[in-house]
Amino acid sequence: MVEVPSEKMSPATTPVFEPRIVALLCHYCAFAAADMAGVMRLQHSPNIRVIRLPCTGKLDILYLLRAFEEGADGVMVAGCEEGSCHFVKGNLVAKRRVNFTKGLVAQVGIDPERLRMYNLSSSMGPRWAEISREMIEHVRSLGPSHLRREK
Amino acid sequence: MIVAKQKPFETIYGMVAPNKRIMLAGCGSCVTVCFAGGEKEVGILASLLRMRAQKDRKDLDVVEATIKRQCDVEFIDELKPKLDGVEAILSIGCGAGVQYIAERFGKTIVLPGLDTTFLGVTEAMGVWTERCQGCGDCKLHLTAGVCPIARCSKSLLNGPCGGSMNGKCEVSADTPCGWQLIVDRMEALGILDRYEQITPANDWTASRDGGPRRIDREDLHEIK
Repeated sequence: MVEVPSEKMSPATTPVFEPRIVALLCHYCAFAAADMAGVMRLQHSPNIRVIRLPCTGKLDILYLLRAFEEGADGVMVAGCEEGSCHFVKGNLVAKRRVNFTKGLVAQVGIDPERLRMYNLSSSMGPRWAEISREMIEHVRSLGPSHLRREK
Repeated sequence: MIVAKQKPFETIYGMVAPNKRIMLAGCGSCVTVCFAGGEKEVGILASLLRMRAQKDRKDLDVVEATIKRQCDVEFIDELKPKLDGVEAILSIGCGAGVQYIAERFGKTIVLPGLDTTFLGVTEAMGVWTERCQGCGDCKLHLTAGVCPIARCSKSLLNGPCGGSMNGKCEVSADTPCGWQLIVDRMEALGILDRYEQITPANDWTASRDGGPRRIDREDLHEIK
């Protein structure tokens, strides 16, 4: 695993917050897209740690909570586009679970915006590179999670 | 099954916050089926409590334990080895489970994490509805298998009342009129003549009016 520096210094010596983001990707679409992004040699930041799920329908609320509890600054779930889930409605199930979990984490002081779900097809390598950059910038703007643990 | 729902998180957190180490006890029976207090819910609630405590800069250690049933001592005793240093047990079993754990562990505070609601069925995924009120004197043979006690808002034995409108109860537009259900089913079964029979005033002593109930079957007693 690539080690993410907890903070790196910008030229102006201001520490730049490097978020740690857990990404749960479905095997058939989002993971394949991330793989394609790699094949296309598109830049993929080590801020994002990818976990492959057989389908986002396998997503468990506990996976999301554990990620936050262990100090992730952001968690993203990415599945197939709506209507084209390999298992018909796994991504719709995941969408509900993500929305439900947003309500749970808000109760414990975690900004629900730290959790996002995306949908993309297996051919969308460049889109993966784009949303991963977008998620990193988004979480960076929110700052570190209060549960973040420095090594 | 006994249907329950989790108390608001703030209420639960308020109860456990004064403690440094708690046990979160789940139950593997009814409340698992209605997604209120099983192993999964123990994991979720424990995680939320830990994260919230961390936010408030409080020490809170949550021991997770789910047993098969909280209404039998054999299973409750499985919690004993995990009770070291535990100041309070938060049970997410039904009210019976909470109380039986409290009886078993006399020196530990036991807190309820659920609001126990009714005896019901899973009507659809995520939807549970009441079917039985445990009145102790079942009348389903008189009412075509639809309970007038549990399903009529007034528990009328000779209904419906004037609040029945288009098959719904005046209490709520989502509540079917219990007596409409009874009449419809009697009609479907071809036994509508039974509707003519007047049921006399009920003796409620078999229900809660007779005080806390007890069933004692000597044939099942342990042989000592």
